[in-house]
Amino acid sequence: MNDTGPGASTGTASAPDGRIRVFLVDDHRLFRSGVRAELGDEVDIVGEADEVDAAIELITERLPDVVLVDVHMPDGGGQAVIEAVATVHPEVRFLALSVSDAAEDVIGVIRAGARGYVTKTISGRELTEAIRRVSEGDAVFSPRLAGFVLDAFAADPASAGGATPVFDPELDQLTPREREVLRLIARGYAYKEVARELSISVKTVESHVSAVLRKLQLSSRHQLTRWATERRLF
Amino acid sequence: MWTAGVSAPPPAVEDGRPRGRRAWWRVTRTPGPLRRSATERLIGGVAGGLSARFGIDANVIRVLFVLLAVGGGTGFSLYVLAWLFIPRAGSDASIARRAVGDRRTIAVALAYVSALIGVFLALDALGLSFVVNRLAWPSVVGLGGLVIVWRAADDDERPYLRELAEQVPVFGPSERRSRTGTVTRVAFGLVLVAAGLGGLLATRHPTFATIETILAANLVIVGFLVIFGPWWLRLARELAVERRERVRSQERAAMATTVHDSVLQTLALIQRAAGDPREVTRLARAQERELRAWLFEGRAPGSFDATEVRTVAQAVGVIEEEVEAGHRVPVDTVAVGDCPLTEELSALLAAGREATVNAAKWSGADSVSLFVEVEPSRVSLFVRDRGRGFDPESVDGDRQGISQSINARMARYGGTVVIRSGPSTGTEVELVMPRREVRS
Repeated sequence: MNDTGPGASTGTASAPDGRIRVFLVDDHRLFRSGVRAELGDEVDIVGEADEVDAAIELITERLPDVVLVDVHMPDGGGQAVIEAVATVHPEVRFLALSVSDAAEDVIGVIRAGARGYVTKTISGRELTEAIRRVSEGDAVFSPRLAGFVLDAFAADPASAGGATPVFDPELDQLTPREREVLRLIARGYAYKEVARELSISVKTVESHVSAVLRKLQLSSRHQLTRWATERRLF
Repeated sequence: MWTAGVSAPPPAVEDGRPRGRRAWWRVTRTPGPLRRSATERLIGGVAGGLSARFGIDANVIRVLFVLLAVGGGTGFSLYVLAWLFIPRAGSDASIARRAVGDRRTIAVALAYVSALIGVFLALDALGLSFVVNRLAWPSVVGLGGLVIVWRAADDDERPYLRELAEQVPVFGPSERRSRTGTVTRVAFGLVLVAAGLGGLLATRHPTFATIETILAANLVIVGFLVIFGPWWLRLARELAVERRERVRSQERAAMATTVHDSVLQTLALIQRAAGDPREVTRLARAQERELRAWLFEGRAPGSFDATEVRTVAQAVGVIEEEVEAGHRVPVDTVAVGDCPLTEELSALLAAGREATVNAAKWSGADSVSLFVEVEPSRVSLFVRDRGRGFDPESVDGDRQGISQSINARMARYGGTVVIRSGPSTGTEVELVMPRREVRS
């Protein structure tokens, strides 16, 4: 385990030079060093951990802006880390990384409190962008995640594999505009391109996506979890 | 020792009463429901639990149980019943309640009980009725109860039971089983066999001769079981372990073959292609897809059969696979919803495949996005790239031809095609096919 962080710094304020303070949690050393190399000097990596307990301890101690967390680890994986830290330190933001793309993982980690989900094949530039977005409190939706959400919040519940009644229209349904935004993201549009296509500002796109994230996290629609577990990889 | 471990109070503080004045058999009562003790226990924690509940020293209760057991046997069955029906401390469900839904456990208990009843009937027929009268009911209830306890105890209690059982000579592991235990068991078995044989040879009442013969024969069988049973059980257990080992090593061999044939080969290819990033990406993605299909869908590598494609999502996966293999450009596919393939949807996917190949071939983009959404009334498919783009109105003949083949396919079934392209934005092809009513 490396410790490159400024030992004395405990606040969530960005590093002195304004860079975003990032913490890495992944049980594969090779992958951690790969991410380090890819991020380079763009962000300030304040520490890393290779297991759940150490991660929780170090994150609570150093309070980084963004934690990059692997979904699959022994002892509960990224979900356990997020659940343990998010309740105590809601200001620490989580971006989940995974190789899997399985709906169950994606939905699980988002519902635990992650503000985004990207696959490990993401390029360094895109990852930096995603970290910045998450650190600003916005949500990061990959095309795949947008597809999952559209699928899970299908307009017609019957077509999503069950006639579960909708309980809370505020949380259990997407607005037509949110659906449009998600569709464009699933089609491979970047936020900027979505904004241009819909003639709205990037900020508005971000707020739509954040609203969807909130619904994803809070919706009591048990269909969501069941849908995720039933859905296999494709 | 006269204090119950569960509730041993600090001396002279309890209730404000000095300890010395209490009757010697009294201990502190613990409030709460009656539970078997998990700390103060010699066997099932029944005495410990009763002690804590009623404030009577556990050892006094134990002595009562033993006296009842020796004089008539009820102590034994009462103890087992208490074990069954009183929940363990920290648990709300008794073993009996857990066993109610477990048909196998009840069946096994009944089997043991009927075997025991058989033994008693045989002993009765052989003129040992004074033994039978005394022991039959307590031991039948007790044995049945013990079998249920053994099989239906919860996971927290089970390790303790195993430990307990190992202290009983007959059940313990062979290395710990004492010689005297074996000798006793064999001697007992021999007595049963001898009694059975004696019964077979000496039939006294002509009217009951058949029954007596059957019972005596049973006795011989039980005797043999007592002598050889444990040995046979051990043999069966070893066989099962051996079979499991064999299955496991076969699985490992199959896994090694698969990993060797696909993953190691691909890694070798990747090393050789290290200078060609596109080829490396293509190889890695193809391998990834194959491995996922194998791990999560149970599809053996190389066994994919295009004729198995029956739904839209599967067909999209095939497009991704083929275009990546043929044109070495990653295709990021997202499918929302799914439905069976019909004629017009096959046409849509064929057109989508053309569009994807086009994007991979001509756009020069690093990757192509493919999005399909199945809605109740229509299926939409989008192919997008961030490549150099083109003007759909004025393209060279080759492309014109392809885009017409897309148009023609779609038009035949009433679908629509929209192509948007620009030098800075790349190209997006939007294909929408209305879904026909499914003929029933």
